[in-house]
Amino acid sequence: MAAEHDVINLREEIDRLIAEGAVAKARSRMAELWRREPASAAAFFLTARLDKLRGLLPLVPYKVAILRSFTVEPMVPLLRAAAFAHGIDLAVHVGDFNAYAQEILDPESSLYRFAPDGVILAVRTTDVAPDLWLRFADLGPDAAQEAVQRVSSSLRQWIVAFRERSAASLIVHSLEQPLHPGLGVLDNQSESGQSAAILQMNRELRQAAAASHGVYVLDYDALMARHGREPWHDERKWLTARLPIAHDHLLHMALEWMRFILPLTGKSAKALVVDLDNTLWGGIIGEDGMNGIKLGAEYPGAAYQALQRAMLDLARRGILLAICSKNNLDDAMEALEKHPGMLVRPKHFAALRINWTDKAQNLREIAHELNIGIDSLAFLDDNPFEREQVRAALPEVTVIDLPQNPLEYAPAVRDCPVFERLTLSAEDQQRTAMYAEQRQRAGAEQTFQSKEEFFRFLEQEAELDPVSDLTLARVAQLTQKTNQFNLTTRRYTEQQIAEMAARPGWHIFSIRVKDRFGDHGLVGVAIAHDQGKQCEVDTFLLSCRVIGRTVETALLAHLAKSAAERGCKRLAGWFLPTKKNAPARDFYEQHGFQRQESNGTGSLWVLDLNNSPPRSPDWIKLKVHDGGKN
Amino acid sequence: MNSTFEQVQAIASDIFGVPARKITADSSPETIENWDSMQHLNLVLALEEKFGLQLDPEDIEQMRTIGVAATLVEKKLQSAAR
Repeated sequence: MAAEHDVINLREEIDRLIAEGAVAKARSRMAELWRREPASAAAFFLTARLDKLRGLLPLVPYKVAILRSFTVEPMVPLLRAAAFAHGIDLAVHVGDFNAYAQEILDPESSLYRFAPDGVILAVRTTDVAPDLWLRFADLGPDAAQEAVQRVSSSLRQWIVAFRERSAASLIVHSLEQPLHPGLGVLDNQSESGQSAAILQMNRELRQAAAASHGVYVLDYDALMARHGREPWHDERKWLTARLPIAHDHLLHMALEWMRFILPLTGKSAKALVVDLDNTLWGGIIGEDGMNGIKLGAEYPGAAYQALQRAMLDLARRGILLAICSKNNLDDAMEALEKHPGMLVRPKHFAALRINWTDKAQNLREIAHELNIGIDSLAFLDDNPFEREQVRAALPEVTVIDLPQNPLEYAPAVRDCPVFERLTLSAEDQQRTAMYAEQRQRAGAEQTFQSKEEFFRFLEQEAELDPVSDLTLARVAQLTQKTNQFNLTTRRYTEQQIAEMAARPGWHIFSIRVKDRFGDHGLVGVAIAHDQGKQCEVDTFLLSCRVIGRTVETALLAHLAKSAAERGCKRLAGWFLPTKKNAPARDFYEQHGFQRQESNGTGSLWVLDLNNSPPRSPDWIKLKVHDGGKN
Repeated sequence: MNSTFEQVQAIASDIFGVPARKITADSSPETIENWDSMQHLNLVLALEEKFGLQLDPEDIEQMRTIGVAATLVEKKLQSAAR
């Protein structure tokens, strides 16, 4: 078998690369081995190499402890190999057999000495509730209810005790249902059966988890059900080795743990970038046309609708959607806007790259446009060639291996662990809409002949206010968060801003901007102080949402005008370069400032206020509120 | 195609972290340093996974050398094919 030789050769190549010190290359070949052979033997091979490479690769370290009532050791290499493939160097501590309660309760236990970042409590119904599991029929309803309460309260106590002793995340397995309830179908003919008792314990477990921060439930019962309870369980291994999981499901257990570890380590995808032809719909829009592509409620178009539905579910989790397709823009947009079978529409996409450019380049641009790292992108494309190209050019992108059969597309996307989230904010749910609004603006820009025409079309309105109690928090936040258009990158707390505002001769302005597409809110800050006849700019920044739309000129013009009104002759300001503030580099020069001096940290620019100071562009409707002092 | 023995040898090499050429039919817990009971379980699971079969507790007990393991796997594969 050629494939067999390949993976053996791949192992030899990895060892050779490691011996040669070519660690980055070794890493990519190791990831390839795991993709081709996600199984125990390869996991052992990889974890042994990973230990040799520790410290040489830029991996995120994470320490996880597994507290357990069954054998988990064979899953540890699988878990570590899977984590490695996602850029995580996982250290795993396995607790003693059935010692989970002592380990949680004893603050001196090996669990706490290990100082884990995350803890998995992997216990089974048969161990925590043996009477409910093994001899349910012997218990009357009262005794059964008593047992349910006892187990639920133990679980709750463990969670609370753990939280008191550790700040680590805690992942608790739910309790599984039996393959066959003791009473057979009779079990479901009353509300007090065995399945109902287990359901009740799981409900109470969820409540206990929700009542603590950083405690999450892993639905072990649903995991088993997803893979089939019968094939999941291995009675022989359970009886001989205390391993209840059949060999072909060990990987699934490890991957389920990864669904929690990925969001906990921040190794999640923030955007899903999809291809169009034969991915979002069947066929090729440029050749088959609107009536020829397969997309609708019936087979085969239903497979593509199922994928689109999965994408919408991701958007509801706060994951951005984007398109990267080699197509004619008009053909693609017509299908996106008008095809009756389409569930995702242009408004659902935060970025579009529909052109004939190389996909890796388009992905770079998408990441840039969305202001996220390239490692936050996941890429979905039916074409293995495109996938390999992206993988080679941008190894940090999560490339989803779509199965051949379109019916398996949606399950593959839903199964992908990089889209897991453990919490959800209101902003997460609206993120797509916010980006789509942004894209409409950018899209509008491209259709105008001149920048000025575009600026007029935007109908921008800006409001300038002196800082007040209402805006203090936001102003401080902007000084802390703004990296790109920030001339001095000085970070201030609320308290510092308040003190500065109270000092004589200091002036702090904020600017709010809205336009025809929506309200951007408070997006800019300027801080200046008068020193005799010179006004010096301490801070001048603008959120990246509104850079390059002349709002900065309006803010500067106001600064100049108010300084002149106070009798200042000159306006001066430092530009202090950082790794990220290149967009602000030429700002003073472009606005008529002269460089007065430069040193190791930056350059000082001065503007003579008698000499035609900058004026606010007439396409911005400017409202200035005078707060008294400023 | 590799022989069953070679495939078993390759798996044992991964599990025990010993180069394949150093693993012979006679390799056993006496000659391979970290072949303890947990590694024995790992070897069994990797073989089951690789060849898509289930080994009985009696087989697992008996599997004291790589040669015996390969023969057992071979036998299982043949009876499955029949």
